Amino acid sequence: MTDTLQAKDVGVSLSGRRVLRGVSLTVRTGEIVAVIGANGAGKSTFLKVMAGLLRPVEGTVKLGERPLSALDARALGREIAYLPQDRTVHWPLSVRRLVGLGRLPHRARVAGPSAADLEAIEKAMAAMDVLAFANRPVDELSGGERARVLLARALAQQARFLVADEPSTGLDPAHGLTLFTQFVRMAASDCAVIVALHDLSLAARYCHRVLLLKDGAALAEGPPQSVLTPERLAEAYGIRATVAQIDGWPVVLPIEPLA
Amino acid sequence: MSEAVASAEEPVENRTAVPVIAGLAAIAGVAFIASLLVGPSGIGLPRGSHAAELIFTQIRLPRAILGALIGGTLGLAGAVLQGYLRNPLAEPGLLGISGGAALGAVIAIHSGASAAFALALPLGGLAGAALAAIAIMILAGTRTGPLTLILAGVAISSLVGALTTLALNLSPNPFASVEMLFWLLGSLSDRSLAHVWLAAPLIIAGSALLLTTGRALDALTLGDEAAQNLGVNPTGLRNRIVTGTALSVGAATAVSGTIGFVGLVVPHLLRPLVGHEPRRLLPASVFGGAALVLTADVGLRLFAPLSDVRLGVVTALVGAPFFLWLVIKTRRELGP
Repeated sequence: MTDTLQAKDVGVSLSGRRVLRGVSLTVRTGEIVAVIGANGAGKSTFLKVMAGLLRPVEGTVKLGERPLSALDARALGREIAYLPQDRTVHWPLSVRRLVGLGRLPHRARVAGPSAADLEAIEKAMAAMDVLAFANRPVDELSGGERARVLLARALAQQARFLVADEPSTGLDPAHGLTLFTQFVRMAASDCAVIVALHDLSLAARYCHRVLLLKDGAALAEGPPQSVLTPERLAEAYGIRATVAQIDGWPVVLPIEPLA
Repeated sequence: MSEAVASAEEPVENRTAVPVIAGLAAIAGVAFIASLLVGPSGIGLPRGSHAAELIFTQIRLPRAILGALIGGTLGLAGAVLQGYLRNPLAEPGLLGISGGAALGAVIAIHSGASAAFALALPLGGLAGAALAAIAIMILAGTRTGPLTLILAGVAISSLVGALTTLALNLSPNPFASVEMLFWLLGSLSDRSLAHVWLAAPLIIAGSALLLTTGRALDALTLGDEAAQNLGVNPTGLRNRIVTGTALSVGAATAVSGTIGFVGLVVPHLLRPLVGHEPRRLLPASVFGGAALVLTADVGLRLFAPLSDVRLGVVTALVGAPFFLWLVIKTRRELGP
């Protein structure tokens, strides 16, 4: 069964510079896992490794028992959906067409979209609340609307693992919460979400586990309450932070940078 | 936007593209027939005389077939490169393949080979295109993206361009240099069925290869990494594009000389009509390119039948005002 995505002692060098070393993470279906850390800590690189887009120089990434490098690109696209941080859309396609690109790994080489494809597209657009502008070209949308459209594209892929790089950045509070509610729903229906985040309160509230990276290495990994402590946050981000419970919800509040 | 408005303009899959592609195909068909019917020897189908029949099968037919094939493949290659590089100003000449073909043909004239036998010229062009493509592949290396390909293409283009001017510079006599220059301007006149047999298989094979890139180009709309996640193999895609362009544009340039602007203008103009989708733009650009080249060639024969104005000059003269219009339109849209 392909119900785990496992990185083991992963190391990556980019143009001679070490950006990741010895990072391990096992993600099971049903989980939401946050990857957090300061800018340049290696979050994006690690997510690319988890999605099979970047081959690590050390260590392995396995989907179930199979190394990602053994899977062909289209099969990988059906198992792992990847949402890049870069939200550039190069041509002003309509929203529906753009979301439809998520079906490419499922479609036969020449055939048009099947009924299953069309259904997946509509469902993904409904989940991300973009049906109202389904026929508009993406270049006319606001930044947050475009972010939701791109998320819908990744959802339309209907992969069991979603690897999303800062998907909540730029979303208004309502749509940020909708996004995480969608992640919770996916986890409940036996998918897994691996998400890079800067909003630590969202990580604390919605994620089952948190991987905290610093300078390309894992500083801590575990349930949010054990990772998101003032000491760890001071070490990873160089900030003084308060971790509190408000109305029963965990809140991580950065106070000031440490001198 | 209200729900009512959204559902009123609900698109059915393929709704916008099919009539556009069919319309362009019809225009290209009409231009093809016009190309068979129009010429300095009079207008109409050949009747009775042997000479009229010869004019039809030996002059007009190859010219019309080459016009359709070359126009179609230039439009297609332009659409593929614009999609691959995600740049609406890309054109087939950017890769240096047409420059390589031009150099090969010019060398064939320079060396006197073309005077010895007529097909030496297109064969020289094919050799030049093949060498340029191989050089680009080697320069771009493995596992690299569009940017490296552009850089390799620009390097090769400038090199073959410099060598072509050197060949002109060192031309053995004024007649040879005039012949080279005229050839470089691009033309479909005096091409025989032998040219068709030489170029058509390569153009068709190359175009078929380019037509397979549609989905990958669609996926690239989301960027390199998302495209890779959607099943695009970057190295395979690049190799298909370089090989397909080398075969199709190389063969086209080898028989017609350089016909500019078609690969740039046609995809650019048609893109909004197919909802900006790279995949749908490919068949549209095939027919659009064929229509443009055939129309320009027919127009040339109608309005300046015995002059020496070259087809490449006409496509540029037609293409440039289109671009001016685009600039003005864009300025108006972006302006205050």
